[in-house]
Amino acid sequence: MTTETADLTRLRAGLAARADDAGLLDIAYRVVDSPLGALLLAATEQGVLRVAFASEGHDAVLTDLADRVSPRVLAAPRRLDEAARELDEYFAGRLREITVPIDLRLLTGYRREVVTALPRVAYGHTASYAQLAALTGRPRAVRAVGSACAHNPVPLLLPCHRIVRSDGGAGDYLGGPDAKRALLRLEGAGAGRTVGP
Amino acid sequence: MPSSERPRVGLPPFEQVVQEHGPRVLALCRARVDPADVDDAWSETFLAALSAWPDLSTDLDVTAWLTTVARRKCIDIHRSRARRRTDPVAEVPEVVAADAETDDEGVWRHVAGLPDKQRQVITYRYLGGLSYARIVGLVGGTEAAARRAASDGLKSLREKEIR
Repeated sequence: MTTETADLTRLRAGLAARADDAGLLDIAYRVVDSPLGALLLAATEQGVLRVAFASEGHDAVLTDLADRVSPRVLAAPRRLDEAARELDEYFAGRLREITVPIDLRLLTGYRREVVTALPRVAYGHTASYAQLAALTGRPRAVRAVGSACAHNPVPLLLPCHRIVRSDGGAGDYLGGPDAKRALLRLEGAGAGRTVGP
Repeated sequence: MPSSERPRVGLPPFEQVVQEHGPRVLALCRARVDPADVDDAWSETFLAALSAWPDLSTDLDVTAWLTTVARRKCIDIHRSRARRRTDPVAEVPEVVAADAETDDEGVWRHVAGLPDKQRQVITYRYLGGLSYARIVGLVGGTEAAARRAASDGLKSLREKEIR
């Protein structure tokens, strides 16, 4: 690292901290390594706003957040420390429930209801799209449930990977079908589909 | 995060501005303030820019704007140094200020020609990075009027700027 690069790295870290203290850091983000590839984590002051897989294009995701929430976006790892730690533990099989605060402002209406219901399918279990639709009190809204899961802004934190097709197939996943199968394997969910408590 | 303000489509994430312009602003600050003040000048510049960023027009010249903000911040630092100094002979700020008046770039050259209210609001908002609430405290009136003045001012600046 040249002196110039080191200076800028230090200045940028200082800027992120001062912006946060001044209430100007509307969206902080960092990229973490995971068994599913690089993950973008972005958070407002309220909680984690977005988790994005590399296949979504992290730059495109940040541009979208700038348009939809606020362009006051900075690389500022500190705000994501706890989320990164919990994800590490989750991927290591040591943590079953991710508890960091989540900010669902990107969602409204029924989609928001659907992703909010996702944690009712417990770790190590799966449910069909139809079962999740029933859980939300709208048993016929199967397609809407599929669409809501496909647009879950915080995959992993809200477990849309536990929702599978009723024919036993894994079904679509933002991170790709392999990622979904890997997560279900991790959670030891091969034993059959059961709706959690 | 003001929920009443609809975000404009098209402003890139501010991180891109820092990445793209950080090195140039650093060079500018190094050329204008003491080594001990460079960090402050750089940080103050980007904090002010971050504060104003959501309200900026997408067609403003970011390079020229940031250059102007950085120069003002360097002048501020000289002035506050001069105020603190017991030595009554403090010529440095005058020189820097005169220089900044004459070679501001692009659209910001035309700020001086705006009507008073627009000029004040735009200077505080885009060069000083102040919130509208604080600007109203300085120039009076309502926040809505200050926003309108800023918007009208930016519009006529854009009309004058033929880049």
